[in-house]
Amino acid sequence: MYDGFTKAKFPISITKDAIINKLITLIKIMKRKVFGMANSEFSFNEQDSMRKQDMNIVIVGHVDHGKSTVIGRLLADTHSLPEGKLEQVKETCRRNSKPFEYAFLLDALKDEQSQGITIDTARCFFKTELRNYIIIDAPGHIEFLKNMITGASRAEAALLVIDANEGVQENSRRHGYMLSMLGIKQVCVLVNKMDLTEYNERSFRRIERQYRRFLKRIDVEPTCFIPISAMQGDNIANHSKRMPWYEGMNVLKVLDTFENEELPEDKPFRMPVQDVYKFTKGGDNRRIIAGTIETGRISVGDEVVFYPSGKITNIKSIEAFNSDAKESIGAGWACGFTMQKQIYVTRGEIMCLTKELKPKTTGRMHVNLFWLGKNPLVKDKTYHLKLGTAKVGVQLEEVQSVMDASNLVGKKREQVERNEVAECILSLDKHIAFDLMGDIAKTSRFVIVDDYEISGGGIVIQDMQDETSWVRDKVLMRNYKWIGSEINAEMRALKYNHKAKLIFITGAKDSPRKVLGRALEKELFNEGKLVYYLGIGSVVYGVDADLMEKKMLVHSRKEHIRRLTEVAHIMLDAGMLFIMSARELNANDLDVIRTGIPDEKIFVIWIGEEKATDIPVTMHIKDPLDMEESVKLIREQIGI
Amino acid sequence: MNRLDKLENKSVHILRETYANFQNMCMLWSIGKDSTVLLWLARKAFFGHVPFPLVHIDTHYKIPEMIEYRDRLALEWNLDMVYGENKDALDKKITFPDGNATHIECCRLLKTAALRNTLNGEWPRYRMNHTKRVYEVDSNTEPYTGVIVGVRADEEGSRSKERYFSPRDRNNDWDVGDQPPEFWGQFKTDFAPGTHLRIHPLLDWTELDVWEYIKRENIPTVSLYYDQGQGKRYRSLGCYPCTFSVDSDAKNVDDIIRELKTGKFANIAERSGRAQDKEDGGGLEELRKGGYM
Ligand SMILES: Nc1nc2c(ncn2[C@@H]2O[C@H](COP(=O)(O)OP(=O)(O)O)[C@@H](O)[C@H]2O)c(=O)[nH]1
Repeated sequence: MYDGFTKAKFPISITKDAIINKLITLIKIMKRKVFGMANSEFSFNEQDSMRKQDMNIVIVGHVDHGKSTVIGRLLADTHSLPEGKLEQVKETCRRNSKPFEYAFLLDALKDEQSQGITIDTARCFFKTELRNYIIIDAPGHIEFLKNMITGASRAEAALLVIDANEGVQENSRRHGYMLSMLGIKQVCVLVNKMDLTEYNERSFRRIERQYRRFLKRIDVEPTCFIPISAMQGDNIANHSKRMPWYEGMNVLKVLDTFENEELPEDKPFRMPVQDVYKFTKGGDNRRIIAGTIETGRISVGDEVVFYPSGKITNIKSIEAFNSDAKESIGAGWACGFTMQKQIYVTRGEIMCLTKELKPKTTGRMHVNLFWLGKNPLVKDKTYHLKLGTAKVGVQLEEVQSVMDASNLVGKKREQVERNEVAECILSLDKHIAFDLMGDIAKTSRFVIVDDYEISGGGIVIQDMQDETSWVRDKVLMRNYKWIGSEINAEMRALKYNHKAKLIFITGAKDSPRKVLGRALEKELFNEGKLVYYLGIGSVVYGVDADLMEKKMLVHSRKEHIRRLTEVAHIMLDAGMLFIMSARELNANDLDVIRTGIPDEKIFVIWIGEEKATDIPVTMHIKDPLDMEESVKLIREQIGI
Repeated sequence: MNRLDKLENKSVHILRETYANFQNMCMLWSIGKDSTVLLWLARKAFFGHVPFPLVHIDTHYKIPEMIEYRDRLALEWNLDMVYGENKDALDKKITFPDGNATHIECCRLLKTAALRNTLNGEWPRYRMNHTKRVYEVDSNTEPYTGVIVGVRADEEGSRSKERYFSPRDRNNDWDVGDQPPEFWGQFKTDFAPGTHLRIHPLLDWTELDVWEYIKRENIPTVSLYYDQGQGKRYRSLGCYPCTFSVDSDAKNVDDIIRELKTGKFANIAERSGRAQDKEDGGGLEELRKGGYM
């Protein structure tokens, strides 16, 4: 790090201040180092020591409480304005005989930035001796909550402005609530316009007390409260003589005490799988599981488990392009791994370490969410939920309460309107893996897509049992204990010239399911495919013998389907085109089957005029009497 | 993790999200330093491979060295290289250098229109045949629905409020006032038929970051960026009739980094050497709404 300092060529005009700043930066960096707060990859080469830390902060507050004035002050008092800007704006005011406002500075800058085009989050830059700050001005108006969230989610810390005279307003609370939902922990509250209350300590303390109480209820511990007058410049960059009763730090000092976000390496390991790559160009035969590590750390050789499938393997290598091979890697890295044992996993699963806390896997969850959509969030409509890299259909099962974010009073409602915050139960089309807010925040956050738009966001507070929880536990254990072989699915597919598939033929009582199943099997067999047909009747007296003996079969349909699924799973693992037939399979049955077998391998074919159950199907053959034709149709549809 | 690592990881993550979510996607490659860094990041993201086409809009007024460099890297790195052009305007000579169009009109035809019609597949695309080493008319005429572009927020105002995943409608129009929310690393990856998304993995990078990364990774760049002894170099590359060099004796990447840091260019916009930005007030914004970059 000293190299950076001594080698760098400073311009001749270097000032004493600049040298002092430089030293302060170095001392701060050293402090971080000495107290072990810096993460291990913090490097001290020339580039880093030449450049200060960056920090994004967001400023929020009720309209007219003084956000723009605070920003204008921060820019002016840190000498971060373009040369001549202050004079220019003052001059414009004088010519139009308007009193000068610091907020005009911001407007002038914004106009320059945006050429007067739009209202969105604007960014301004200012420097202290420690850092370069990017201040994101999030629109205070409720209509722009969407933009406020976009801006705030990029910030590591927040300034929240409250007018001393007007006191805590609806948006002061709503914004506080949003900051807590977004997971911004470093919040400094500025009680502004103290000049209007004659710098009176009592009015400051009253607001502090009141707002602290509110924040406590939503679990936010504010860094501090500062009495300021943005207009007069009190306690922004100086220690105001007009408020001798205030002994705390000024705004700039507080900003410098904020910590740059630490990468959460100390949490359990979580990496949502983004993709599995196999690029064969140029003879590359690596199969790489890629993703960005959210939390934790991992090393070559570690035993990993993927959820929700529960599949296990060990890390063989950490792959990278144009960089040295790593033995271990942690939170924040977009990376890729090869595995010792080849397993079948897909985008949407979460990679974890077997020795650490397990994530939850279920299809029902109790959540807190905010809604931004133009249309309300309603029941009986399918949305999509995205959590990590998983994306599944989701329905609103119940609204437990719609919260008025401004007073935390909950109301029972049937739907969630735009800009409301609610506690809900969501029901997913398929189970996924996630964590609870209280355990690992990063993998507890999700968004909801309505049509094509991200229309809401939320956090999971509790996992809930769903219809298939009981099967899933068994499937997880099966995968966990599965004894692998030297031959993997890809090798089998290559050998047999087809992938394993489950073709489920179902229909009403007297539909020709079996005939069709057998006809399909025969044709595929004659072409040399690895195929097997199994009718349900062949299972019940063997696999289900215990259920039959106790005359339990009717009552244990679910268990019976689970067993079928396990049989099918074995056949698929063997690389088979596996054809099954059963009468009137329904959506619940399919849910059980999907719990044990990946969706993309399942093809459901309904035969007969009327589809008599609610099962979603791959294809519906209305007139199955021409067997040859039906076989042809199925083969076309499935691509076999 | 230092600043460049952070930027790199974020960009790689975005590239992988794009690849996972879009069937027919491409990356625009202007041959300039930004999109070349972007190309490099793609090789990072996909472990040495670039599993989608690179699209270049050839105005036929690019400095010849740029095209040589494009084709050399395409062969060396095994890139799926595609280019598009406005054949009609070129044939009819409706261009600025021919004296038949203003700067802005020329850009609209050779860049904006060529880009729009190349992306939507209405005009021919030319794809490199690696065995024959020539470009052939591409049989894929499907519109690209995910288009990766190397714009940076610090380049100039209109870009500072982009999203990482930014929707464009049928006419390539960009609704600056109503952009999708973007938080928690979740992006807009769903889009209505006929619309497409622009993806901006370099949004958070600055010009200095780009050069520092080029240095760290040793990424090959066109020599036009460096002073060859005349005390001049290009800071940003475009068509030769409309791109002017700046006074600088930066002869290599280190010199450029030093120059950017010591503030010689700190207060001069990077694109000030490009004529089309000046001609009318909101020049770039206009071109941008029309789909240029
Ligand atoms: N008296 C007084 N007025 C202030 C102060 N800060 C801001 N204002 C005024 O409050 C009004 C709203 O301020 P502005 O910064 O535009 O609020 P914003 O809507 O939160 O950005 C303006 O007229 C400011 O001059 C302050 O410290 N004291």
